[in-house]
Parts: sequence; C-alpha cells; structure tokens
Amino acid sequence: MITIKEMAEMPVRLTEGHRLCAGCAEPIVAKQVLLATDKPVVVANATGCFEVSTSGFPQSAWEVPWIHTAFATTAATISGVESAYVSLKRKGKISEDIRFVAFGGDGATYDIGLQALSGAIERGHRFMYVCLNNEAYMNTGIQRSGATQRGASTTTCPSGTCIPGKKEIPKDLTKIIAAHKLPYAAQASPHNWKDLIAKAAKGFEANGPSFLNIITPCPRGWRYDGANTIEMAKLAVETGMWPLYEYENGKWTLTGETKRIAEGKMERRPLADWLKAQGRFKHLLAPEWKDVVDDIQNNLDASWDELLRLTKL
Amino acid sequence: MKRLAMNGDQAVALSWKQIDPDVVSSYPITPQTIIVETFAEYVANGEVGTEYICSESEHSSMSMCIGASAAGARSATATASAGLAYMWEMLYIAASMRLPVVMTVANRALSGPINIHCDHSDAMGARDSGWIQIYAENVQEAYDNSIMSFRIAEDMGVRLPVMNCLDGFIVTHAIESMEPLDDDAVKKFVGDFKPIHPLLDVKSPHSFGPFDMPEYYFEHKYAQQKAMENALDVVRKVSDEYAQISGRKYDLLECYRCEDAEYVALSIGSTAGTMKQVVDDLRAEGHKVGSIKLRLFRPFPFQDVAKVLDGRKGVAVLDRALSFGAAGPLFADVCSAMFGNSSSSPAFNYIYGLGGRDVGVEDLKKVYFDMEDGTAKAVNYLGVKL
Repeated sequence: MITIKEMAEMPVRLTEGHRLCAGCAEPIVAKQVLLATDKPVVVANATGCFEVSTSGFPQSAWEVPWIHTAFATTAATISGVESAYVSLKRKGKISEDIRFVAFGGDGATYDIGLQALSGAIERGHRFMYVCLNNEAYMNTGIQRSGATQRGASTTTCPSGTCIPGKKEIPKDLTKIIAAHKLPYAAQASPHNWKDLIAKAAKGFEANGPSFLNIITPCPRGWRYDGANTIEMAKLAVETGMWPLYEYENGKWTLTGETKRIAEGKMERRPLADWLKAQGRFKHLLAPEWKDVVDDIQNNLDASWDELLRLTKL
Repeated sequence: MKRLAMNGDQAVALSWKQIDPDVVSSYPITPQTIIVETFAEYVANGEVGTEYICSESEHSSMSMCIGASAAGARSATATASAGLAYMWEMLYIAASMRLPVVMTVANRALSGPINIHCDHSDAMGARDSGWIQIYAENVQEAYDNSIMSFRIAEDMGVRLPVMNCLDGFIVTHAIESMEPLDDDAVKKFVGDFKPIHPLLDVKSPHSFGPFDMPEYYFEHKYAQQKAMENALDVVRKVSDEYAQISGRKYDLLECYRCEDAEYVALSIGSTAGTMKQVVDDLRAEGHKVGSIKLRLFRPFPFQDVAKVLDGRKGVAVLDRALSFGAAGPLFADVCSAMFGNSSSSPAFNYIYGLGGRDVGVEDLKKVYFDMEDGTAKAVNYLGVKL
C-alpha cells in the first residue's frame, strides 16, 4: 500500500489550473485513481464536466496521453487504444508496460455509454473504467440520469407541488457490471482515500477489464457548501446510501466504513442526515412527502440486506 | 499475379490481408458482412497480425478505429447503410482528429422503409463529415481503391479518413474476374504506418479531442478544408504510382467516348460500367454520346468536372440518392462546378435506382433520348412507377 509520503513524490498526472468548480470531487477522485499505479497510463475521457474543464484548447491539464471522442464512446475509444497496444506490442513496436483508464460521469456511464461499456467489458479489453458518479448530468445543468437518487430535485425532475423530484430509484450499475463476470469491480468514495487507491490499484492490475463506481459529490448539483465535499462523500457511505464493497473474481467483500457497520463496529447513520445535508432533497423534509422518505428508507434497507447476503455467499 | 474470381467484398478483404492493418474493428451489416467474415478467417488462420475486434455497434466500431488510430495503429473497418448512419457522430470526430482511418462502405439504401439493396443515400448522407470518398465501378476497382485509400489517408499532406465505396450487391456480391497484386507489392506500396503524436508514445504525452471554443474551432475546420483540397493532387499522385505497379490507370474522373460527344451523362459507381454499354450501343446507331464516371466525390474535383462538361448540348447527372426537397446531391455539386467555371451546358438530373431498383441498358438510353428530343426535365425520376 502506497504511503502519503510516496504519493507526494509521485509525478503529477492531472495538474492544477483546470477549470472544475471549487469543491468539485472529480479532480480529487481522478488524482487518487492515478496515484494507484506507477506504470505509464493512457486516459480516455467521456464528454462532460471533467473533459470540458481539463482540456480547453490550447491548454490541457493532462500530463499523460489523453483522448476524448464523444459522450457515449469512452469505453469503445479505450478499447481501440488498448487494441492498438496489444497489436503493436505483439509486433514488437512497443516495449513499455502501459495501463489504460477511462473516466466518465454517470450520464456517460449509466445512460448513454452503457452499451459501449458493456461491449468493452464483454470483449475483455484490459482497462479500468472509472465512473465519476455525481448522480446527474451536471455539465449540462443538473438534469436527471439513471444514477439520480429517488426524491432528488434536478432541472428535468424538479420538485413541484405535485411531483417531489425523481420518482424512480437509480439503477444498480455496479451489480450490472459485476453481472459481466469481469475480474474486478468496486464502489469507492474519495473520503476514504486508502480504500479508493487500494481498489484502483487492484483495478489497474486486474487481468482484464475492471470497473470503479465512485461517489463524486457535486456542490452545485447537490446544493451544499463546496467546503463540505469530502464530508458529503463520507456521509453517503456512513448512511449506507453508497456502500463500499468490491467484487473480485466472483466474490463480494465489504470494505471501509461499510464493513465496520456490517460488523457492528459502528452505527449506520440515519437517512435523515443525508437528506438534510443537501438542497436537492430539502423538499422531502415537508410532512406531505413522508411517504417518499419512507420509500427511500425501504429501498436503502432492502439494498443493504441484499448486499450483506451477497457478501455471505 | 494470376487472375482470380471473387466478389467485391472478398476483394476488399484480400486487400486488407495484404496490407495487414494493426487493428480492424467489425460489426456485421448486409451487404458488407462478407468483408469482416472473410477477414475473420484470415485472423483465425494466423494469416494476418491484426488485432481484430468485434464491436457491439457501428458507433463503437468507429470509436474503436479512432482510439486505435490515435494510439498509433493503422486501422480499418467496413459498414453500410444504417451502420454508417449510426456512426455519423463519430465520422466527424475521426476527420476532425485528422486520423487516417480507412472504411469500406457497401452502399445500401437507408431505412425507412428498411431495404438492403444498393443506393448511395448512406455515403451521400455522410458527404459533409470530412471523409474522402472514392467510388468503385467493379470488383477490380474496389480492390485497387482499397489499397490506394490507405496511401491517400496517410499522406502527410492529407491525414484524413477515407471511405472506399462500392455498390451493395452489384459490386459487393457479384463474382468477377480480377487481378490482385502480389502481397509484397501491396506491402511495399502501402509502406509502414507513420503515426503523428500517438497516444502510446507515453514519453511524449499529447491530448486528443480537447474542448475547442470559438477562438480556435473555425481555424481547425479551415485546416480540414485545406487538407481536403490537398487530397485532390494526392489522389492523382497515388493513382499514378499505383498505375506503375498494377498497369491500371485511374484519375479523379474517367471519360468514355466523350471527345466529340454532344450529350454526356455523369454517374458514380457500378452504373458507370453499364453506361459504357449504353454509349457503345447508341454510338453504333450514330448518336454522339459519352459517359463520365466520377471516381472521387469528396473532395469534389470542381475544375475537372467543369472542364469535361463544358460545351456539351446536354449534361445528365445520375444520382442514386435524393435530397428530399431539393434534388440529387451529385447534381448540386456538378451544377456548382459548371456555374463556378462559367460553363453553360444545359444540365439535367436523373434520380435512379433507389433501394436497388434495377437500372439496365435500355433504361439508361432514355437519358440520352430525353436530352436529344428536348423532353428532359430539370429533375427526372428514372424508372419510378407512377
């Protein structure tokens, strides 16, 4: 496991000076991921905040080879890059041992790029896909995605007098990915950097595709003070809304705070702490939407129980 | 090398085998599928060193070609019709990144209604995507153009993707006698792939596909246009070099019995072959007619087209595609070429063969008869049943 001192001495791969918002978790997550390997990396990036804010021509915040093609195509693009690598290495034209990583937001991953991601994983390319999951289309102005939580108010599922924000629960993408029976998939959070980096290291070294779904708080979209980003990520895990776990060669394992909660070593914090902390949920605190909160609680409990069952199999 | 009997798809696959691209991405679609099936057999039998990827869609297939090409690999794919339409977003990105991807397009009608047969609506729909488009008349040309496509795309003055177009079923599936080159001759002609700032050169990191704001976007588009203009001479140069090793001479367009022709018809693809028979038949009856085959549609050789059409009593432009609410896309460019070069030959558009409607020698004679007797309209629908 890499130490903080060793991390500080690692070459910078994503420099300062990018245009992401103050308090955005994306560069924090990306830097943690990129610290998890000392091998050269090539990065593919989906259209979105992270792409727009790190690449404005003629500047670039990237100190490693980087490619962006389109919104839906990140997994396919990195598939092509990795295939070129396999081909050129076989032909003796490349000698380095290179790692490949793709970053996409939840819109690019849960929604528009899911087919390309599924195809890339099924084909078995050796790359790691990292979902910077901030639970909505933030780059276009906070629209709902398949990752948006039940009850969250977004600009395309606003909380109104008749409808209290998003009506549907998010899809459980990490499990959908695990259903591909790939070597490694995990959920992580930037507040627990040791856990995140350990998972990214496993993903980089997996003998095939790997997938990290990382909760990536967005102060603009979630409506909280940008100084609290890491606290928000921690809250997601401690309330059980974002459990930390990994799927490794068919085995499910809880990690971090999630593991400690499951073992009875710490209390799972109440759902209300999560809802009260963010403006996107504030309408749910009104008494008329108690049934929505109850529904979120029921879904949370059911998902939690299902995860515990999986880890005991 | 001795002559072989094969269809157009097999001929393209053979050219790929001889070129041995670093990466080929494939997705099945009629009438292209024989290409990727034949190539898969070469892969399965160890006859190529290519990394062959079976994608889950054409959108991903083109994205993989882009990723592979940017990474530093010579990359190719093939598609048709809806597959090309599905790639549409990525076609522009391949061209704007100046990646020399080569794609064979087995021209097929677009849905709907769904139809699997030949017309040019697919490639014409991708007209403005920044790809060079070359059209083949027959199996031999499909093979020859496929080889030349790599050289044209990879020329340092061009660096643009190329579509090698052949008519669905008519060329893709018809078995013809053709003469391939020796493997060594093809390898030597195509040469080594020379990537520019490849992603896999990790010691020299470069960013591909950055966000481009109004301060620079226009200049990047202008640079693409200049590269397209450069391609005119590069296609000529590559075709000349190819003639030296193959004995087969190609130009941007080909005139058939046009010297003293009063009436000429311009077409692309396999119809240009049928037109030779039409011209021969009519010449035997004393009609002064000729045929022009346009080989290169993008970049459009405005000067060459205007020059051969000038001074005619009538010019017919045969379009196997239709821009609804306007007319044929080829006709628009031909008129633009003539007008821009002060040519006043009367021009008529013939829309024909949509969705694979068969167009034979007798049908095509009507084009010349209409012009001769003054019944040709501005836009005509050849063979439509009304």
